[in-house]
Amino acid sequence: MRVSKWLVPTLYIFFLMLPIYWLVSMSFKTTNEILGGFSLFPQNFTTENYVKIFTDPTWYWGYINSLAYVSLNTVISVAAALPAAYAFSRYRFLGDKHLFFWLLTNRMAPAAVFALPFLQLYSSIGLFDSYLAVALAHTLFNVPLAVWILEGFMSGVPKELDETAYVDGHSFPSFFFKIFLPTIAAGIGVAIFFCFMFSWVELLLAKTLTSVEAKPIAAVMTRTSSTSGYELGLLAAAGSLTIIPGAIVIWFVRNYIAKGFALGRV
Amino acid sequence: MNKTVNQKAWFFVLPVVILVAFNALIPLMTVVNYSVQETFGDNTFFWSGVRWFEQILQSDRFWASLGRQLFFTFTILAIEVPLGVAIALTMPKKGPWVSVCLVLMALPLLIPWNVVGAMWNIFALPDIGLLGKLLNSIGFDYNYTRQTGDAWFTLILMDVWHWTSLVVLLAYAGLVSIPDAYYQAALIDGASKWKIFRFIQLPKMKRVLTIAILLRFMDSFNIYTEPVVLTGGGPGNSTTLLSIDLVKIALGQFDLGPAAAMSLIYFLIILLTSWIFYTLMMRNEEQ
Repeated sequence: MRVSKWLVPTLYIFFLMLPIYWLVSMSFKTTNEILGGFSLFPQNFTTENYVKIFTDPTWYWGYINSLAYVSLNTVISVAAALPAAYAFSRYRFLGDKHLFFWLLTNRMAPAAVFALPFLQLYSSIGLFDSYLAVALAHTLFNVPLAVWILEGFMSGVPKELDETAYVDGHSFPSFFFKIFLPTIAAGIGVAIFFCFMFSWVELLLAKTLTSVEAKPIAAVMTRTSSTSGYELGLLAAAGSLTIIPGAIVIWFVRNYIAKGFALGRV
Repeated sequence: MNKTVNQKAWFFVLPVVILVAFNALIPLMTVVNYSVQETFGDNTFFWSGVRWFEQILQSDRFWASLGRQLFFTFTILAIEVPLGVAIALTMPKKGPWVSVCLVLMALPLLIPWNVVGAMWNIFALPDIGLLGKLLNSIGFDYNYTRQTGDAWFTLILMDVWHWTSLVVLLAYAGLVSIPDAYYQAALIDGASKWKIFRFIQLPKMKRVLTIAILLRFMDSFNIYTEPVVLTGGGPGNSTTLLSIDLVKIALGQFDLGPAAAMSLIYFLIILLTSWIFYTLMMRNEEQ
């Protein structure tokens, strides 16, 4: 019984790490070695793939662009979701349940359906190929998610906190920013994580809405594979680097990551 | 929590409503527009009524894609949910290993979808990929680029790899929220492991599991990038899911009318299923 306790998680993590290991291992091989045959470890260990990415502006700007619109999206989504989540968790108002469901429906909208209309919409308002276009487009699925998570955390805070603050003479903004937000800091962290994650991994819309100026790293990767054959080593290095920002973010919120869902309503 | 009625709360939700309405309603109206019109490519449109809807609903191609989509969604749900719960149950509850487990398990969730596809594409290649090489060396005739069964196997394995952790994270959150007193009571009653799971852990996880199922259902129905990069819908059309078919029609052939009609049908299916699910969940909540 003791053995099986850690056996299952260990096997599962081993299974998760295998493809990641393969990716990282390929990033230290030359493309010729990858195509040349099967090898469990890099035979001619090389870092030239990484050197290329950090010296070629097309490559490293891909990362900067991606990080820029992801951060912008996270800020917009969480800022807009905070008051809304507060309203949903504290008040009953006309159409609140329908509104909540309507917000959730946008989480369900297939990106494939919206790609073309988004292209036309953002072109017509002159935002095509800008960070703001991608950041705004991603709010479609991130805002509902942020509202959902934050509402869960806020419902876990007893209402007496609000009432005590008013008795103590706080105005609403002073209560909201000085008392309430610090109380749900963990929830904000989790919301930031999920917004970051879903914006970082979404590519169909990001690619559709950009061409040169705001081109995300994913688009740089596909372009490279089509023009100069398959530069697998380079692609593997670029892919390995895309894991890092997410890993950093999750390290900060690791203790709160899933609590929000357990607390609130659905 | 008993909430106070306050219509001014609408001002709090206004930013969200404006933001989402801008992103949802305008594009949706564009799609509706296309779905009832015909164009010959010179920016002149003619009213065509429900013709595209009839055409889509009568085409074998649409039903075949939908069938594959449903098969995919239900298969991954049937694997990921029980597996995720099983892993969450065996995870350590406290100590330094919790953080390590959580961070490592969350890694696949944070990899951009095209990288996931590309990574599995190479990982599963029979000649130079670890998985393909491994399967062939233990006697399977495995080649996912040529054999339909293998392509499906790889697609499902990739999704299990990618998303089971989401179920684990949610189920784990539900588990750690159970107070110790419950377990002590069960210990006194001499309850078996199965009984503890059935009458304490499962009911406590019900809410997070419904969220997990809902999220996995919606996302797997919308899945596009990973299968496109992995198999491109092939071999033949054997792994062409709904969204892949849709993009082929909309951006590949530029048949805006049929593509728009298909989008709406697609969206309605997701909406209807989720609505039924959501209503059932809310009813459970109120009990």
